[in-house]
Amino acid sequence: MTGNPQGNLLEVRGLKKHFPIRRGVFSRVSGYVRAVDGVDLVLKQGETLGLVGESGSGKTTAGRCILRLIEPTGGSVVFDGVDLLGLSPAEMRQMRRKIQVIFQDPYSSLNPRMRVGSIVGEPLAIHRIAKGTDREHRVADLLCKVGLDPMAMKRYPHEFSGGQRQRIGIARALALNPRLIICDEPVSALDVSVQAQVVNLLMDLQEEFSLTYLFIAHDLSVVEHISDRVAVMYLGKIVEVADAESLYRDPKHPYTRALLSAVPVPDPDAKPQRIALKGDLPSPAAPPPGCAFHPRCPVAVEVCSRLEPKLLDSGGGHLASCHLVHPDGAGPPV
Amino acid sequence: MPPEAAPLLEVEDLRVEFDTPEGKSRAVNGVSFQIQEGETLGLVGESGCGKSLTAMSVLRLITPPGRIASGRILYRGRNLLTVSEPEIRKVRGKEIALIFQEPVAALNPVFTVGDQIAEAIRVHHKVSKKDALAEAARLLKLVQIPDAERRVREYPHQMSGGMCQRVMIAMALSCKPSLIMADEPTTALDVTIQAEILDLLRRLKEEFRLSLLLISHNLGVIAGSADRVAVMYAGRIVELAPVREIFASPKHPYTIGLLRSIPKLGERKRSARRRLYAIPGTVPDPYAHEAGCPFAPRCPDVMQACRREDPRLLPLEGGRKVACFLHHPAHPSSEAATS
Ligand SMILES: Nc1ncnc2c1ncn2[C@@H]1O[C@H](COP(=O)(O)OP(=O)(O)OP(=O)(O)O)[C@@H](O)[C@H]1O
Ligand SMILES: Nc1ncnc2c1ncn2[C@@H]1O[C@H](COP(=O)(O)OP(=O)(O)OP(=O)(O)O)[C@@H](O)[C@H]1O
Ligand code: SF4
Ligand SMILES: [Mg+2]
Ligand SMILES: [Mg+2]
Repeated sequence: MTGNPQGNLLEVRGLKKHFPIRRGVFSRVSGYVRAVDGVDLVLKQGETLGLVGESGSGKTTAGRCILRLIEPTGGSVVFDGVDLLGLSPAEMRQMRRKIQVIFQDPYSSLNPRMRVGSIVGEPLAIHRIAKGTDREHRVADLLCKVGLDPMAMKRYPHEFSGGQRQRIGIARALALNPRLIICDEPVSALDVSVQAQVVNLLMDLQEEFSLTYLFIAHDLSVVEHISDRVAVMYLGKIVEVADAESLYRDPKHPYTRALLSAVPVPDPDAKPQRIALKGDLPSPAAPPPGCAFHPRCPVAVEVCSRLEPKLLDSGGGHLASCHLVHPDGAGPPV
Repeated sequence: MPPEAAPLLEVEDLRVEFDTPEGKSRAVNGVSFQIQEGETLGLVGESGCGKSLTAMSVLRLITPPGRIASGRILYRGRNLLTVSEPEIRKVRGKEIALIFQEPVAALNPVFTVGDQIAEAIRVHHKVSKKDALAEAARLLKLVQIPDAERRVREYPHQMSGGMCQRVMIAMALSCKPSLIMADEPTTALDVTIQAEILDLLRRLKEEFRLSLLLISHNLGVIAGSADRVAVMYAGRIVELAPVREIFASPKHPYTIGLLRSIPKLGERKRSARRRLYAIPGTVPDPYAHEAGCPFAPRCPDVMQACRREDPRLLPLEGGRKVACFLHHPAHPSSEAATS
């Protein structure tokens, strides 16, 4: 039942989300935050695509648009051959069985007044898949799968540690046998030793249930470890995509290079050749013209402030949008 | 042997307890370390192990239900735990400054950043408001905030997280302290900004010959900035060593596990996704007071003695210390010796 010949489970094209900025007594729209501004992503069945970028670059917004937890402004999202943006709310609810999400914050993403059994079993109840003892058995099964004692069912979220709560969130996401899981910073709030346990769990479950992951995170080392391919996002756009090994060994885009050079390495003798960036991330309400990265780019040339570079293949499926990587790759003049 | 210079700060057997309806939590359970003049001591450990409480204890900022149960904190030879309230207030900011983890939350939203720095200056120095504001602008320049004269008049919400952290550092510097304690100063920031803030701290430390207590759960941050490292676990320091030694030859099984469990950048070989090493189990409940080494339930090298006795932080060669029976034989009497 795979939707298309390349084995792509998810194809995102030209995805946009522009949040209106309202000002004044009449709440007139005075502008737009271009949180996601033309994103193309492809996920093959069974792979993990890492999505990295600075805070505010639009990673969460992109993930939520794919799930239609917020409505995109434009673009298309094709999942397993079906255009999600054309579905009615009822059809979309059915589709959500196949696409699940795991959130960053294991503390606030679980209802504190519900017992763990009800939290994990809720999707089964909503979709009327199982009830009574049958549901209880399935919940017990799910808890075992994520390494928790089935007795956890009877307890409340506050009785668990951060890592255990993240396991509860994962069990809940698995309840409906999804095919795609959007993991939005699933280990960012966890300590290193717990993070390692959860990363391993996610990799084991992926193998067992042939899951596909969109893995959003800002920790570049974790992303390198878990991903097959990695996409780098900057101000609402993808600036580079490649398989993990080639992206980390041979980053093409100046932003990716700067990002990688800034990662602190656990080696006191490392002599980091850090590439400094000028200033802070500009506001997505007023992205710079041309290449959105040009005001901070250490190697920008004249053309960068005028023309927007396209995301083009620089060999072997390694895509980058930079005039220095693709001297002839300019988009239309702005 | 040349005599060692007297340390700037000496913490001895610090204990912080919480008396709660659930029982007594020994959140800091006998912590001892020293910081020399001009030195950066890195304090690493997982969430809840007592890093922030240790730093807050130095300035007597622990509030009920928490309390400092025992210990000595010698700053230039004076015990800060016994000095009068007016005296400890003089130490706060002027001698020892604390930078909190959440820069945006630590600033007051209704005052300009200039006013806040000026206020910090005027707590300890009799200067006019105007002079204090001029000094604030100078400090903002010192922490590399562009366009400092204009930005002193801005409010915290007009600044990014990285800028706010620079303001916090400027404020910490305002009374020329000898020691700055930075509690996770870059945890909330992006890697690019984090690298800049760490560079800034390193530069200021050299320029003003500051001592630094750098708290972080990120071993990469510690590796790049600390001279010596103290590894904390469940309210204790389990290992203390010069930074190179900690990373090149960790001795405590917890330090070894921690170092093994971080994924390292650029380690990946073509298409090979390997499982990460993970320390099994979880940190002990601070309310349960099991006998023995707090790491024993998770330790791959656990021995019988480990479950019976508390290993103490004892010296090894090369100025390092470790609290582990693999490195110090257990003595049935050691418990009696400490109590
Ligand atoms: N509901 C909203 N209304 C207006 N602007 C929004 C809204 N949600 C997000 N934004 C803006 O969109 C941009 C992208 O936000 P998003 O949360 O997607 O970033 P992110 O990459 O996930 O960042 P982080 O790493 O901090 O989670 C930001 O500038 C943010 O302020
Ligand atoms: N109000 C309180 N009541 C009871 N125990 C408390 C309270 N506040 C703190 N604690 C104890 O103190 C410990 C937290 O110590 P501390 O804040 O110093 O940890 P930390 O190492 O700084 O952690 P993090 O990395 O999360 O900042 C907790 O594990 C808890 O046992
Ligand atoms: S296009 Fe220009 S500004 Fe953009 S990243 Fe490349 S060199 Fe830098
Ligand atoms: Mg996000
Ligand atoms: Mg803390």
